[in-house]
Amino acid sequence: MSSKTINLTLKVWRQNRKNPAGDLETYQANDISTDMSFLEMIDVVNEQLTEQGIEPIAFDHDCREGICGMCGAVVNGRAHGHMPETTLCQLHMRHFKDGNTIVIEPWRATAFPVVKDLVVDRGALDKIIQAGGYISVNAGGAQDGNTIPVPKENAEKAFNAAACIGCGACVAACPNASAMLFTGAKISHLALLPQGKPGAKRRALSMVRAMDELGFGNCSNEAECEAECPKGISITEIARMNREFIKAAFS
Amino acid sequence: MNWFIENISTAIGKKLLMAVTGLGFVGFIFVHLVGNLNFYFGKEVFLKYVETLHKLDPLIFVAELVLLGLAVIHVSTGTLLFFQNLRARKTRYAVNKSAGGRTIGSRTMPYTGFFILLFVILHLFQFHFIDRSQMTPYDAAVNTFGNIGFALVYIVAVILVALHIRHGFWSLFQSLGLNHEKYMPLIQTVGIIFAVAIAVGFAFVPIYIRAVI
Repeated sequence: MSSKTINLTLKVWRQNRKNPAGDLETYQANDISTDMSFLEMIDVVNEQLTEQGIEPIAFDHDCREGICGMCGAVVNGRAHGHMPETTLCQLHMRHFKDGNTIVIEPWRATAFPVVKDLVVDRGALDKIIQAGGYISVNAGGAQDGNTIPVPKENAEKAFNAAACIGCGACVAACPNASAMLFTGAKISHLALLPQGKPGAKRRALSMVRAMDELGFGNCSNEAECEAECPKGISITEIARMNREFIKAAFS
Repeated sequence: MNWFIENISTAIGKKLLMAVTGLGFVGFIFVHLVGNLNFYFGKEVFLKYVETLHKLDPLIFVAELVLLGLAVIHVSTGTLLFFQNLRARKTRYAVNKSAGGRTIGSRTMPYTGFFILLFVILHLFQFHFIDRSQMTPYDAAVNTFGNIGFALVYIVAVILVALHIRHGFWSLFQSLGLNHEKYMPLIQTVGIIFAVAIAVGFAFVPIYIRAVI
């Protein structure tokens, strides 16, 4: 199967460290193989920019196999692009047509300040985890694996929530820049397992408070997060977080 | 009491306030619709219903106070949420597309809410704060809807109410944590049917008056 190539016009958000007032710059991306991933396409454009003496486009990336949560940008108004359950690194150029104009913007949220170009500081998500997204156990000899029985259904549900890679697409896609899907997934995957039960109340309260303090918006059940999540995490995780919060706050 | 205020002012606390007060309005508007159905049975039946209602007067007064309280909480929390959410994304996207989660109801929630508030104030002045010795509620309706402008305002307003309910109904269950894959499709469907019933049920009163009376 021979590879096809396409020509694209890119409009990329450029913003340097010193000057927060950025702008959309237009670049041509010519002879892009449709087998490339979106990030590989930016790599090629960056090589051309470097040759022309223009500063390459800064973007976050790491594993490039859709599991690390490092990459992400808003492509034509959609977080991680228009394909469902796909990270930006797994979005392939065959989903674009020759002559397309692609607008690439960073995640936009007050809690995610832009560092440079498409790179944003998602440290706020780490701070939510630090507020309670862990369990406390005494160190010592490891227990035998099956001493604590976990119903299969709960294990599956916890795993679905734990699939969150913390990429921040939910915040980027939320009309209110709310981090409820992320926090809901983190609270849920611990609340569903026996190891998470002892700290469940403290966790729900402190993670929700941290989320507010970091400047994320409020959830209004728009469900855009669920539609954009590259790991297909459902807003039922937000409902579970609401239940956990009600249990913790009013009992 | 401190712990209560602290918890209710979190992002989840505020959505609980919106959900619980919203549930109150869902209950109210349902009773209101059922009451309005008396209109179709003519003046006597309708006035008899009004009379029966006013026999419960002390209770009605308490209910009105509760509704006023719910409205104050719902409107002030909603306004706060609107401005907080604007602040949460100071730089907007140049291109913004929906991934398919939003509905026309959810998208317009703060705006339909605002217009419903204005409408409720107008509605109270036209039907509630009237001199009952001069005019029966039945006559008030016939007079108001005799004016084509008011009839249209009321029809548009109940459509906005229906849009608000289309998102608000299922949303309040989600906010209260009652989202289960077994029940949510049913809740969603009931919400849409309820919204349509509200729009049709209320909008037909002015149409009926103009056409028949």
